[in-house]
Amino acid sequence: MTALGRTYLLAILAFLYLPIAVMIAMAFNNSELYTLPIEPSTRWFIRLASDQPLLSASRNSLLIACATSIIATLVGAMAALALERKQFRGRTLLRLLLLPPIAIPWLIIGTAMLVFFFWTGIGRGLHALLIGHVALAIPYVVFIVGPGLQTIRVDLEEAAMSLGSTPMHAFFTVTLPLWLPSVIAAALFAFAVSLDQFVISYFLSAPGVSTLPVEIYSSIRKGFTPEINAISTIFLAVSSVLILIFAQLSNLGSRRGSR
Amino acid sequence: MLLAPAYGWLTLAVFLPLGAMLFFSFLKAAPFGPRPLQFTIDNYLAFARRPYLVGVAWTSVEIGLWTTGLCAILGLPAALALARATRGRSQQVLFLLIVLPFWTNGLVRIFSWTMVLREGGVLDYALHLVAPSAPTFSLLYSFPAIIIGLVHAYLPYMILTCYLSAAAIDDAYIEAARSLGARAPIIFAKVVLPLCLPGLISGSILIFVPVIGSFMEPRILGGRIGVTMGTIIEDQFVQAFNWPLGAALSFTMLGAVLLVFALARGFPRRLLSA
Repeated sequence: MTALGRTYLLAILAFLYLPIAVMIAMAFNNSELYTLPIEPSTRWFIRLASDQPLLSASRNSLLIACATSIIATLVGAMAALALERKQFRGRTLLRLLLLPPIAIPWLIIGTAMLVFFFWTGIGRGLHALLIGHVALAIPYVVFIVGPGLQTIRVDLEEAAMSLGSTPMHAFFTVTLPLWLPSVIAAALFAFAVSLDQFVISYFLSAPGVSTLPVEIYSSIRKGFTPEINAISTIFLAVSSVLILIFAQLSNLGSRRGSR
Repeated sequence: MLLAPAYGWLTLAVFLPLGAMLFFSFLKAAPFGPRPLQFTIDNYLAFARRPYLVGVAWTSVEIGLWTTGLCAILGLPAALALARATRGRSQQVLFLLIVLPFWTNGLVRIFSWTMVLREGGVLDYALHLVAPSAPTFSLLYSFPAIIIGLVHAYLPYMILTCYLSAAAIDDAYIEAARSLGARAPIIFAKVVLPLCLPGLISGSILIFVPVIGSFMEPRILGGRIGVTMGTIIEDQFVQAFNWPLGAALSFTMLGAVLLVFALARGFPRRLLSA
């Protein structure tokens, strides 16, 4: 029974990783028509270095992902602090309001943002992308840092204050250091949400100024170049490292909480 | 106030836009330029005026049902195997390996499938290694291709939600059923399946809702046959510039999504009381 279960899991993993393996293999394949068998080559990585649209789109993606991560974590952590630590009317309603950005299909949110931003003159472009990405990331941040905050006892802060610390000082020296692993985990998650976001970026990007997923989509529709496999392989390596850090940090958080 | 930035941001980027889109969906033409506003409900009558949309909507629902069903059939056993057949370190590693593909760009994964499924692609090539005389075949630009791509994209959701349910099942229940003489299929149907139901339901919602709104997967893997509500809405905004119609179609879809949520909320309670 156990052996059967393990074999089945391996089959599922093979299915999940097949296209990823193909992508990496094709990035190192000399043929531009993806013909098999593979002739090893690094020419797509070399070509990539001089592909301006792809490089600038990658730069935009990284820039927006960094900015999104910082803003969403800051704003989301503040909200989580209020939602977890303060008692007030309408708290349940405010929590419910975090669900639409996660639950409504991106297509609907993306087109709604396009309509509204165009209409009010906010327009399209990197700033519009940033507004959209941060809005998408905030609910995730609140849901990740909220439980982390619950495991930190409020009386620690109270003890600090009874010893003469100001509320601000108590928060920054007592609560924040304990909270930090889940805050960093949330920041990484927000970074990844932004880096992978395609639908909203697609509707909000201005001609000529796009992010990597948008650039990939338009080149798939125009006629694909294997450089995309090369840059995706690089991004895959980056995000794998990020999720490993994320997993390590969320483990850390739970171990500390159970103590 | 600590809450103001977060909710201000969400208002600006999500709630006001949804409101603006609702307003747009009742307009005859987008309110750009000096023309006076003209209100109409024509956009919502699109399904009656353009009968082909009913077929397109049905295709979207079909894609959603196939994807969700296959994810459930493949994902539940995987979740059970993960929860029951592995433990400790290897369980953690397998869990991480299942979540990891999430973090690669969805678009690239879908594109990789075109390299697998097309004529002369990986699958075709592998078949010819085994059977050199077989005719070449291509699954690309077909309904199964869209389903394969979507199942691949959403399967980890189902495994995760079912795993959370499966991991919570107390071994004692299964032991009790076994000691009372129940055989494996009965234990599965009467004990394991009901206890995994919450995971199956939340997984199904997490999959069905985005799948009916998908547009890049049907476009890339379905080619000309990949016309869904998602691609129609995309066209209204990107090519046809009929924003009011696109807005109305988006809102119709939102209605469908809310209906799914409402059904899912009522569903488990009715099952429990029955």
